[in-house]
Amino acid sequence: MNATTPTRRATWLMPYAIAVFAFIYLPVVVLVGYSFNRDGVGGFPPRHFTLHWYGLLFADDAIWDAVLNSLLVAAGSVALALTLGLLAALALDRADFPGKALFRRLVLLPLILPGIITGLSLLMFAVFAGAPLSLVTVFLGHGTALISVATTELFAGLQKMDRAQEEASLDLGATPWQTFWRVTLPNLKLPLIAAGLLIFTLSMDEIAVTFFLIGRDNTLPMEIWGRLRQGMTPEINAISTLIFVVSVVLISIWYRLRMRTLRNAS
Amino acid sequence: MNPSSASSPSPGVASGGTLLEVRSVAKRFGTAKVLNDVSLNIAAGEFLTLLGESGSGKTTLLRLIAGFEAPASGEIWMSGQRLDLLPPYKRPVNTVFQHYALFPHLNVRDNVAYGLRARGTAASEVAGRVDDALRMVKMQEFAAARPGRLSGGQQQRVALARALVNRPQLLLLDEPLSALDANLRKQMQSELKALQRELGITFLFVTHDQEEAMALSDRIALLRGGTLEQIASPREIYKRPATAYAAQFIGQTNLLKAEVRAGVAVCGALRWHSREADGPALFSLRPEDITYVPGGSPPPSSAATFRGTIQQQLYGGASETLEIACGPTQALRVRIRAAEPLSGELQFVFSPEDAIRVKV
Repeated sequence: MNATTPTRRATWLMPYAIAVFAFIYLPVVVLVGYSFNRDGVGGFPPRHFTLHWYGLLFADDAIWDAVLNSLLVAAGSVALALTLGLLAALALDRADFPGKALFRRLVLLPLILPGIITGLSLLMFAVFAGAPLSLVTVFLGHGTALISVATTELFAGLQKMDRAQEEASLDLGATPWQTFWRVTLPNLKLPLIAAGLLIFTLSMDEIAVTFFLIGRDNTLPMEIWGRLRQGMTPEINAISTLIFVVSVVLISIWYRLRMRTLRNAS
Repeated sequence: MNPSSASSPSPGVASGGTLLEVRSVAKRFGTAKVLNDVSLNIAAGEFLTLLGESGSGKTTLLRLIAGFEAPASGEIWMSGQRLDLLPPYKRPVNTVFQHYALFPHLNVRDNVAYGLRARGTAASEVAGRVDDALRMVKMQEFAAARPGRLSGGQQQRVALARALVNRPQLLLLDEPLSALDANLRKQMQSELKALQRELGITFLFVTHDQEEAMALSDRIALLRGGTLEQIASPREIYKRPATAYAAQFIGQTNLLKAEVRAGVAVCGALRWHSREADGPALFSLRPEDITYVPGGSPPPSSAATFRGTIQQQLYGGASETLEIACGPTQALRVRIRAAEPLSGELQFVFSPEDAIRVKV
């Protein structure tokens, strides 16, 4: 009786699932496909395999400047978000203070806040502070907006940590400061790497917040977006394909590290 | 290290002088009282066990001494120094944790060296002392291994070495053997005891296992619901339990609700001479202090005798437990050396001095 139910469900679930995945991934497949098409984005099906667009891409200095800018912003954002996120996670995990529930919600708010709100408010802040818009404001914007991601990931790591280890360290004569560096931080290695990869990927892809804070130097997504206004070229397909591959690799590493943290805890 | 450690101190007397003093310490978690005005002294070189059920406050008391908790009131002193105001890393005590709490990211050698390095000991000295400590617990060959690859017993040894390498004046052990299987446990018990004798370090040992407490301790502090029930040597606490709880928790016993009148205590079918004052009194009579009289032979004149019917005979190898009924509502347990199957009504005998008056 029970054995037939899942089979019957699967009969209509399967095409449905295929349709959903096709809707999500077919555009990506098309994008990747046309990056190798000699005749550009026009014409179906794509014919004449070529690496011409990739060659063009590698010779395009403006794109590589944008890539470098994005890497700088992403690396800075990782450092900023991890540092502040770790402090927030430690406060949430260990300290008891008035307004803790409010603090938790405020820290996590940027996760659900639309990027346009975050970007606009940061822009207003930068204007009030008299700070010229540049990669620095973009980095500050990404870093602060992504603190919530770091906090969530690191708080989960702290919750799973065996507190007796820290007690053992204190018991053996290590000061709280020594204990933090020699026991707490090494225990958080996996969550730190995982959160760092996730923040790096999110920063590399970010447009909404960046749009408000960007100065003269473009990040990669902004550069791509700017070129699209002059028409679609397969060069864009080529760089998008590379971004897609790198993102998938980083997210897979992040996911595997996360699974390993969960396994270690149980 | 303590020179006066070769012989264990006699019960209740601090042979090496008092090392640790717990003075009317109380602890609350929220509104729950976990420890209630507990006072006790630990002598230098002593093996003292905190024994009690879960919730008795034994682990809390240990954590107060280690410095992981602060007392609500009371003081803890160690060799003339107030301990309870110091942070854990400034206290001259070390702890062996229940689940060892080894550092998973460090190998065995670095785990053991951790305390010495944290205190800034010279590298040349660290190497030698770590080697000695690993040799002491027979773990030299595992020096390069990560704790995750070791068995429970091996982790236990590393935890012990990690604490002892710092040469603490007092070693705190929080149910260190509870995670081991029965055979390993017995073996580790005897190794622990030998180690303590050899090093002369004072051990404060927490356990809920009364047999373990009896086998290892110079003295046992029995805790119940956050108060100290009795503190005495294992023999003393077994032979002369202060309370009904102590009598029942440590070994088995028969509790007799008796009425004393003119030097004779009466409890159902049992009558015996007692020096207690007139009035109601509670007595503990150990099952092995009662024996049956083989048919025909007369009982010793000073002994108390009564008749009982065998209800059950439980064979236990070296000894057997008899459950007997003497009267419509009275049941007793008797432990005798293994004998042939018994049945029917028999005469039983015990010495009046084995019936120990206990507090409720």
